[in-house]
This record gives sequence, structure tokens and C-alpha cells, in this order.
Amino acid sequence: MAGKTLYDKLWDAHLVKQRDDGSALIYIDRHIIHEVTSPQAFEGLRLAGRKPWRLDSIVATPDHNVPTTVKERASGVAGIEDPVSRIQVQTLDDNCDEFGILEFKINDRRQGIVHVIGPETGACLPGMTIVCGDSHTATNGALGALAHGIGTSEVEHVMATQCLVAKKMKNMLIKVDGQLAAGVTAKDVVLAIIAKIGTAGGTGYAMEFGGQVFRDMSMEGRMTVCNMAIEAGARAGMVAVDDTTIDYVKGRTFAPTGEQWQAAVANWRELVSDGDAVFDKVVELDGSKIQPQVSWGTSPEMVLPVDACVPDPAQVKDPVKKAGIERALQYMGLAAGQKITDIHVDRVFIGSCTNSRIEDIRAAAAVAKGHKVAGSVIQAMVVPGSGQVKAQAEAEGLDQVLIEAGFEWREPGCSMCLAMNADKLGNGEHCASTSNRNFEGRQGYGGRTHLVSPAMAAAAAIAGHFVNVQDLKGTQA
Amino acid sequence: MKRFTQVKGIVAPMDRANVDTDMIIPKNFLKSIKRTGFGKNLFDELRYLDEGQPDQDCSGRPLNKEFPLNFPRYQGASILLTRENFGCGSSREHAPWALDDYGFRAVIAPSFADIFFNNSFKNGLLPIVLEENTVEQLFQELYANEGYELAIDLQQQVVVTPSGERFSFEIDEFRKHCLLHGLDDIGLTLQEADAIRAYEERRKQQAPWLFGAVK
Repeated sequence: MAGKTLYDKLWDAHLVKQRDDGSALIYIDRHIIHEVTSPQAFEGLRLAGRKPWRLDSIVATPDHNVPTTVKERASGVAGIEDPVSRIQVQTLDDNCDEFGILEFKINDRRQGIVHVIGPETGACLPGMTIVCGDSHTATNGALGALAHGIGTSEVEHVMATQCLVAKKMKNMLIKVDGQLAAGVTAKDVVLAIIAKIGTAGGTGYAMEFGGQVFRDMSMEGRMTVCNMAIEAGARAGMVAVDDTTIDYVKGRTFAPTGEQWQAAVANWRELVSDGDAVFDKVVELDGSKIQPQVSWGTSPEMVLPVDACVPDPAQVKDPVKKAGIERALQYMGLAAGQKITDIHVDRVFIGSCTNSRIEDIRAAAAVAKGHKVAGSVIQAMVVPGSGQVKAQAEAEGLDQVLIEAGFEWREPGCSMCLAMNADKLGNGEHCASTSNRNFEGRQGYGGRTHLVSPAMAAAAAIAGHFVNVQDLKGTQA
Repeated sequence: MKRFTQVKGIVAPMDRANVDTDMIIPKNFLKSIKRTGFGKNLFDELRYLDEGQPDQDCSGRPLNKEFPLNFPRYQGASILLTRENFGCGSSREHAPWALDDYGFRAVIAPSFADIFFNNSFKNGLLPIVLEENTVEQLFQELYANEGYELAIDLQQQVVVTPSGERFSFEIDEFRKHCLLHGLDDIGLTLQEADAIRAYEERRKQQAPWLFGAVK
């Protein structure tokens, strides 16, 4: 019999019941909730007179709607200027208080983006099943966990039953070997993967990232990669457990200690795909050939190396693809064949659950140090992923480096990744953004998003247009 | 949940691939704490010429006359015909809520994104996967015939065209059962409460650290 993949092992360990009709009940260890996708679930519980099955499995924090300026944050929920956002954040507080759920409230130092605070506090651990009403929950798969996004009906279902009705996915291995060039980061790797397999390439699969590139990668980098598994169509992305994982988890607030730590580590060491495990699909990339990436269109698969030119729809035969490129170029205000380095940026956003961890802030600061944001750039903002990231960055003096260079240093939240708060693009503005989606209107009505790494975003802020961070003089990229 | 047995109705086209959930229902409308009322903002940025606001009366807003849902021939549509990877992007269940609230009962495409696909079933909205060339054929018939209708029979797992051509589709037994009877998923799972408790007891022995309370 063939060995098991990491996903097979995680699935088997959480299988409560396999039903005859092919569906299964899967036990959920950790449930993270935020203000946008939970209110209707709490309402559903109340209407049915149900209580959460295991209160101590749930952690909540507001992130999507929270303002990121010191001024608006100063008076907590009451200070949120948008009344509709304020009600939604207040509703999360009220629901958590009513049901007795642990919540890191708006100005708690532990507050932050759900996918940043989970691993950072140790609430999310290797070997767990983790869900959240948010598609980027796959981020936690970097820990060697089975983590994926769910809808609001499922949020209610998990709260009421501690289980998810699921069907086993297929196994996909994305193998990237070789060594990354200087200036090439986890973000560039995952964008290159999406460019290769497309936004539906991983549909129906659980995606494991293996190979030398991921073995060499930090936990922050692995989280960036797993975060965007959904942009490649896969609900769950994951990386096998190794020393990097265990060193990361050790000492975190909710991580086990003492004898339990020893037992847990022994268990976690098994969380790797067996040598003879069979994957339904294997995709290989040569890491040494990946270059810094920039998205040019309105889908995360519309991405190219920074030194390339925007595609010409006249060269494309498939009518649906051709129409897609034409529409994207029109929305983005770009000409066919235009050099990516000739695209000017109006705003720069460094943040989001993809790239707002300490390593991302360090990378941006390393590029920005000793430079100034170009005069043509209206705004360049850095939004740390959590209160803890913010505090650490400030302890390292990174905030001062960035402020000195002309960046704004904000309070933690999702911010301009999806612009549910006040941070948004103006109509027609181009943004170098470290977020995960370049869909039409994502960062603001009529806004034009270009997905890049933190180093590339900082470089674009300084140059005023996209530039290969590897060519930027006087930086430590 | 709403039952789904048979639906016959006008088909509207959304003739593009990779329709994402930000397009289906833009984020500014996700601030609502209700499940209803999203229909008027379905495809908001494509349907209207101005920027929409939550809780706004949409009746006076300027319509994009070039967007098919605004064509007189597609008014009252209950079936949406679209291209591959429909519903990609965010996990927002507001996307099926908006489609349902607008009046759609089914979406036909060559493929769907996983989370959207899953969310649809929880809301009595039936996502139907048909072969790419079948979808292409349906698009051509739809464009050629005003008032074009399709009939869907879930029990038979079949889509029937006005000429009587039948296309069968696949669906998981469990999902079919729940849709046909309008069953509450949670109630069904709670019938397995003993199995869940037994799992927890077993798991606490094997991996006690998973049960440490967060506080």
C-alpha cells in the first residue's frame, strides 16, 4: 500500500464519521472568527436556540472593518466613523460577550488580521484542523495543519457541532527546487505558481508545497505561500513540519509546554508526506529561474516577471481568454505590449494577511532605507498585520526607517487589501500592493491593483513606477 | 433551507470566465449583519454606472444599459449561464445570498470555485456543471432566442432545453438529498452527537494539547 500524504494524515486524524454517500464529518480543532462573516451565524444559533459546542476552540478578532489611523483608533469601536462598519464590529463584540468567546478587541495588543494572529499566538498549531469564514485561512497550513476557508453557514455549523461536512479532496504537490535569487521572495514564488497553473489549477485539491525552496523558507514566507493557495483554486495549502516549524511554535502563548510539548513535538514530526505517498497531480518549478513578479491584470494568474511586457490579445487564439485579456487591459488602463516597468504607481500598500508579518516589514524597510518615496506617489502606507508585529517592528526601529522614507505607519488590520475601511484607492489609480487579489474594484471603486512582494512594493514607491528590486541601487535587496 | 426540486425559467448570460465573488457582491455591501437584501447590489459595479453605497435605494441609480441583466429580455431570469471558474476568490456567502435574493435558483457553468460551490448548496442555490461545449451551445441558443428558458429537474439530474434536448449533470448524493428536502445540515450532524463525543474522548487521550483552552 502506498504511503500517506500530509493531507491524508491530517484528514484521517480528524475523521469523525465517513458516511455511505461519500460525505464525511471532520472534527475542527480551532475556529477563528471575525466581524464580517460571523453575525448571520450567531443569529442562526440564536434562532435555533443552539449553543457553541466547544467555546474554548474559538478565537475572535475584528480586522476587516477596523480603521488604521491612530486618530480613529483612539476611542475604540465608538471611534469608527463609518456607522455601518461600527455596527458590524460592535456586533462581534456583543456576540462574543453574550456567548463567552475569547475576543481580541479592537485595541487589544493581540488584535490583528485573523490569519496573522492565529499562528502568532499559538492558537493555531501543527496538526490542527483550522477553519475561519475567510478564504485566506489556508495561511495556517504553513504550520503543517489542515486549514481552509468556509462560508457563514459553515461557521454556524462548526460552532454548533464542532464538525464540518466535507468530502476528501485530491492531493496535489507543488515542488519547487533550487535556490531563489537575491530579491526573490515567497510572494514571487507563489505568484509564479499561480501564473503557471492558473486560478482554477488547484480546484478540488489540497495543495502541499514541497522542495528545497520551501525547506529553506522561513515560517513567514511559508504563510505567504499557503495564503495564496486559494488564488490557485485550492481551498487548503500546506507545508510539512520540520525544525523551522517547531522552532516557530515554541514558546507561543497558547502552545503546549512541559511534557505536553514533548508529546506534541513527537506527534508533529510525523506530519510529513511519506516517501512513497502518491499525489494525484505534481507540478514542478525551478526556483532558481523565478524572478520578481508583478500582476498586470484583474486576476491573480495575470502575472509576469517585472522585466516582461504586458500581453497582446491579438496574439491569443482562445476567444474567452482573448476577451478576458482585452477587458483586463481596458480596466487597468494599459496598452498591449507595454513594459511593466513603465507602469506608474499612484499608491503603495504594504500589508494584508499575505504580507504583513515582521519579515515583510523588514524587507520593505531594507529597500526603503536611505531613500524617499517618489513625489508622484500620492500615498505609501505600511499596515502591520497585528499589534504584536507592530510592537516588534517598532522595537527594531523599522517604523522610523519607513516614516523617514515617507511611508505612513498604521495601526493593524486588513486595510486596503479589500478596502472595507477608509483605506482605499481612487477611481483609476494604480497601486503596488502586497495583497492577494487584483480583482476589479477590490481595493476601491475603479482602483487598479498590481500584486507584488513587499520589497518590490517599496522599490516601486521609491521609483514611482515598477522597477526590478534587484536593480535598485543602494538597497539591501 | 429552501427546497429545490424543479425549476423552469428565463436564462440570463454572464459571458465571462473567472467571475469572482468581489464582482458578484462588492465588499462595501458585506457590512450588513443580515442574510437578506443583497439582490439589489448583485454585480453592483457592472450593473450601475455610479458607485453604490450600503443601504442605498437603488431605484434611482443610473443603469449600465450594456450589462445583460439590465436588458428587458432577461428580466425575471432565474437561471444564470456563465463560464469556467465561477465564484472564485473570497469565501463570502453573501455571493450566493445575493444571487438568491435577486431571484436566481441555479447557475450553470463548466466549473466552479470550491468555496462558492459549497456555499451555494447551503442556500438552495443549485450550481450545475456542464461540459464546456454544452455551455457554449447553450450560450448560442440563448443569444439566438429571446425568452429562452431552461428546465432543471434535480431528482432526474437533468437540464432540458426548449427543443427537448437533455443534458444530465452530476451531484453528490448527500447534497441532492438536502436540497430536495430542504434539510438543515446542522440538525443532521447533531444526530451524530454521540460519534462526535466519542471522537473527542479518544482524541483527548492521543493529543491533549489540542484541548487546552484559549483565554
